Amino acid sequence: MAENILEVKDLVKHYPLTQGVLFKKQVGAVKAVDGISFELKKGETLGIVGESGCGKSTLAKVLMNLERATSGQVLFKGEDISQLSGAALKSVRRNIQMVFQDPYTSLNPRMTVGDIIGEPFEIHPEVAPKGDRRKAVQDLLDVVGLNPEYINRYPHQFSGGQRQRIGIARGLALKPEIIICDEPVSALDVSVQAQVINLLEQLQSEFELSYMFIAHDLSIVRHISDRVGVMYLGKMVEIGSDEEIYDNATHPYTQALLSAVPVPDPAARESRDRIILSGDIPSPANPPSGCRFRTRCWKAEDRCAEEIPLLAVPTVLKGAAAHDSACHFPEVRVQAAA
Amino acid sequence: MPDLTEKKTSGDIPAQRTADAPAPKQEKARSLGSDAWHDLRRKPIFVISALLILLLVVIAIAPGLFTSVDPRAGDLRNHYLTKPNYGSFFQADWFGYDLQGRSIYARVIYGARASVVVGICVTAGVTILGGITGMLAGYFGGWIDTIISRVTDIFFGIPLLLGALVILNAFTERTIWSVVFALVALGWTQMTRVMRGSVITVKQADFVTAAKALGAGTTRILFKHILPNAIAPVIVVATIALGGYIATEATLSFLGIGLQDPTISWGIDINSAQKVIRTAPFALFFPAGMLSLTVLAFIMLGDAVRDALDPKLR
Repeated sequence: MAENILEVKDLVKHYPLTQGVLFKKQVGAVKAVDGISFELKKGETLGIVGESGCGKSTLAKVLMNLERATSGQVLFKGEDISQLSGAALKSVRRNIQMVFQDPYTSLNPRMTVGDIIGEPFEIHPEVAPKGDRRKAVQDLLDVVGLNPEYINRYPHQFSGGQRQRIGIARGLALKPEIIICDEPVSALDVSVQAQVINLLEQLQSEFELSYMFIAHDLSIVRHISDRVGVMYLGKMVEIGSDEEIYDNATHPYTQALLSAVPVPDPAARESRDRIILSGDIPSPANPPSGCRFRTRCWKAEDRCAEEIPLLAVPTVLKGAAAHDSACHFPEVRVQAAA
Repeated sequence: MPDLTEKKTSGDIPAQRTADAPAPKQEKARSLGSDAWHDLRRKPIFVISALLILLLVVIAIAPGLFTSVDPRAGDLRNHYLTKPNYGSFFQADWFGYDLQGRSIYARVIYGARASVVVGICVTAGVTILGGITGMLAGYFGGWIDTIISRVTDIFFGIPLLLGALVILNAFTERTIWSVVFALVALGWTQMTRVMRGSVITVKQADFVTAAKALGAGTTRILFKHILPNAIAPVIVVATIALGGYIATEATLSFLGIGLQDPTISWGIDINSAQKVIRTAPFALFFPAGMLSLTVLAFIMLGDAVRDALDPKLR
């Protein structure tokens, strides 16, 4: 496979919890992202799944340098970008762009579509010379499937799907190599979701983009991703190719997550055996010791409370099941009757 | 910008790519601002108040168009109960005379200038000062916000009339500008609060994050993204407050701590007329009526503007 375009090593983002008005004292930290490592290869789509509050969006913000990492490294083509600032950071931003979740708040309502998509060129004038900008904006509109004549319209004159296309066009303007999609379709109708997903795939092959695709809809992630990472409470619990995760999940959390995917066939729905997790996701300010999933896991033993399971290929597993999984007792779940 | 719809036809665009795009219509792009203006023009309240304010501004700029009588010239043969001179139109003293024999009509006309100047200058002052401080406090947060917010709280604690009394007493000669200074100094905190709240709401929007992700600088984010989206509530509060500042100026002048006699102000005239309210109530009625009408016009305008700018009604 191609070379790693992005490497994340032990990335940590803690939000300090303080007490006091004048003299602030740190009393703890919300461990939103707590030691995550993975790599993204050129031209690949990495899906990140996990329930709400597990740190997916924080991960995206830290990768975009919108939030400073507490520790760890983000290597873009071998260069650590997590501590950059000023002009160096600005030039790195050309390579990593983002598509946002909510197409209604991600476009400035006071700017025309032409100004919104043209703004990247104003911030980075070296990308498109002044005279060519209007043409460049119209080309981008065409690329994302919008009528180039809409350049003078305002966002409120578009539908949700069209707005998301505008957001994608803005992300593409600087010709980035990586696009981080933070739940890009979860605010859209199902019919429009498919169009936007297809557009993203088409753009990927056209411009050789690498995607990091954050979502909580497992079927969409499976459709678009080459590899999938599963997050739980600030940690990556399992990562592997889509077959490895979807057909041979070894981590109990992944198995529980997959068993919750809605099945359109009522007969199959009756017969399948669902894992129903008890309890809520624990507070990221005070996560459980050892394995973070142990409080809700049916396999948990004393060892899980004492020893943090590492994200590595478990030695006991062979074949498709042999992929990174952070569990002391990994095994492929045998479906009762498929 | 040139209108592209004229040059290109829809047939040029690849069909499969315009999946969820409706057929292009020959329509003008309308911003939220022009939508609001479109709404406003159809509102009778807006039209009435705007015409009234326009009339007031014309009176303030060119009082000579409405009367040729000198408002400071007093003929001591005239007094409240003298039958007014209804000579030619521009010479007529429609509302009679005050205690010193000066034409009440001419004084009401000339008094508009002080009110309008104070109202507009104070509003401009508090909007600029409060807008800047509110934007800084709201956007940067942290210790900047703490300092600005506490200073705001301190100014909010000063009673307006008491504060104005102290400030205006410090001037040996009180002009329109000293009144403007006192009202701006005591009134900017209201705008700071409105602006701060509005900026805090806007800065959390995804389009601000998107601009940061593109590498936009603080100036660009503040003036292109945050200010245009945060300014609407400030405009509304400022328009409504404008009427309030005019009333406050009249109050200060009435109490004798605002404008002083060579300057003509409705407040001063209301003060001198209240002494003869039993014998000549009309002497109080005209300056007070003009004052109420002016304040009402600005408050109605503010109401109409709020309805037009409020995105929740859209």
